[in-house]
Amino acid sequence: MNNYKWLVTTLYILFLMLPIYWLLNMSFKTTNEILGTFSLWPQDFTFDNYKKILTDPTWYNGYINSITYVVINTVISVTVALPAAYAFSRYRFLGDKHLFFWLFTNRMAPPAVFALPFFQLYSAMGLFDTHIAVALAHCLFNIPLAVWILEGFMSSVPKELDETAYLDGYSFWRFFLKIFVPTIAAGIGVAAFFCFMYSWVELLLAKTLTSVAAKPIAATMTRTASTAGYELGLLAAAGTLTIIPGAFVIYFVRNYIAKGFALGRV
Amino acid sequence: MNKTPNPKAWLFVIPVVVLVAFNALIPLMTVVNYSVQETFGDNVFFWEGMKWFEEVLRSERFHESFLRQIAFTGMILVIEIPLGIAIALAMPRKGPWVSVCLVLMALPLLIPWNVVGAMWNIFALPDIGLLGRMINGLGIDYNFTQQPVSAWSTTVLMDVWHWTSLVVLLSYAGLSAIPDAYYQAAKIDGANAWAVFRFIQLPKMKRVLTIAILLRFMDSFMIYTEPFVLTGGGPGNTTTFLSIDLVKIALGQFDLGPAAAMSLIYFLIVLLVSWIFYTLMMRGEEN
Repeated sequence: MNNYKWLVTTLYILFLMLPIYWLLNMSFKTTNEILGTFSLWPQDFTFDNYKKILTDPTWYNGYINSITYVVINTVISVTVALPAAYAFSRYRFLGDKHLFFWLFTNRMAPPAVFALPFFQLYSAMGLFDTHIAVALAHCLFNIPLAVWILEGFMSSVPKELDETAYLDGYSFWRFFLKIFVPTIAAGIGVAAFFCFMYSWVELLLAKTLTSVAAKPIAATMTRTASTAGYELGLLAAAGTLTIIPGAFVIYFVRNYIAKGFALGRV
Repeated sequence: MNKTPNPKAWLFVIPVVVLVAFNALIPLMTVVNYSVQETFGDNVFFWEGMKWFEEVLRSERFHESFLRQIAFTGMILVIEIPLGIAIALAMPRKGPWVSVCLVLMALPLLIPWNVVGAMWNIFALPDIGLLGRMINGLGIDYNFTQQPVSAWSTTVLMDVWHWTSLVVLLSYAGLSAIPDAYYQAAKIDGANAWAVFRFIQLPKMKRVLTIAILLRFMDSFMIYTEPFVLTGGGPGNTTTFLSIDLVKIALGQFDLGPAAAMSLIYFLIVLLVSWIFYTLMMRGEEN
């Protein structure tokens, strides 16, 4: 029985790793080798693809741009979501349930629907091709998600904590920042993780709102691939490098990921 | 939890409302605006009423991509939800392997969507891809750039690869929350594995599974980047899902009116299904 369980898990992880291995394999090959010979590992091992990406500004700026707007978005989303989630978890106020659902409907809006109006809106404000434009646009789906996750975590903290602090003479903001925020630190970590993740993987809006100065790495890949006639080795190396930031973040929050959604409430 | 009535709580919510409303309402109004007007350029618009809506709802093209979308989302849910539950049940509960499993399984979730598409493209190509070579090596004629069936199965397999882990993580979280006492009680009663699953694990996972189904429904219904990079909607139109079709109409042909009308119909469908689901779930939770 136990052996069979191990087999299922191992097979599944193997299935997940295969395409990633193939990408990694290609990233160490020259484009000629990729097109010319079929081999399970690089015959003519080369770091040239990585060297090119790490030394050419049109490539590595893509990474800097992506990370910049992702971090700005994560900070904005979590900061504004904190007080809102507190209000939803502790107070009853006019239209609270409707508001919660309305927020959530924005998580359901297909980005394809909003691509063109977003382009016009941010162009009109003179924010086209800036990091802040992408960061603000991603708030559309990340703020509802952050509120949802944080609300779940906050609701699991007993209300007595708040009441005791007030009796001890804490003002609201002092209580909130000194006691409450540290208590739900895990929840903030999970919310930040999901904001990072969705902002990092999204491309349609990020591509629509940028041209040169804030172009994300994922968009740089598509452009270079089509003009240079599919430099597959380079493409594979760039793809491999996009996995690394996510892998880092996931390693740090691995114990909280699962908990985050479990405590959350739709 | 008992909530205190407090009208001032609105102040806490205002920043969120302002930011989301800015991003949601202004673009939505733009779409509504386009959906009832016709333009021949130069920013001159003419009132057209419901014409575009009727046109879209009657068009063969919309029906086809809509049916394709339903079929795709249906297949995704039917495959990913049971598979995700099965893997979560098979995962180790304790020990150092838990972290290893979680990190490796979550990896596909953090790869940019176009990289997922590109990765599967080079993985599945019949001449240079591992998967393509393997399937052809088994004697099956497979080329996802030319055969509709191959294109479909590759797209579905890619999505299973990409998103099953989300269902696994959620189900696993639900399972970890079950106290050991439940299992001991079941053991004393002599319950078999199926009874434990049916009467203990499944009910306890109900809430996280609802979230998983809801997220998978919404995301697969809105899918754009991955199939676009993998197949470009082809061969022909066979993998042109709703979002791909919409972007083709809006940005490719610049037919703003029909594209806007289609956007609204599309959004309303997602909203309606999610609302029905949400209400059913809330009712389930109250009982």
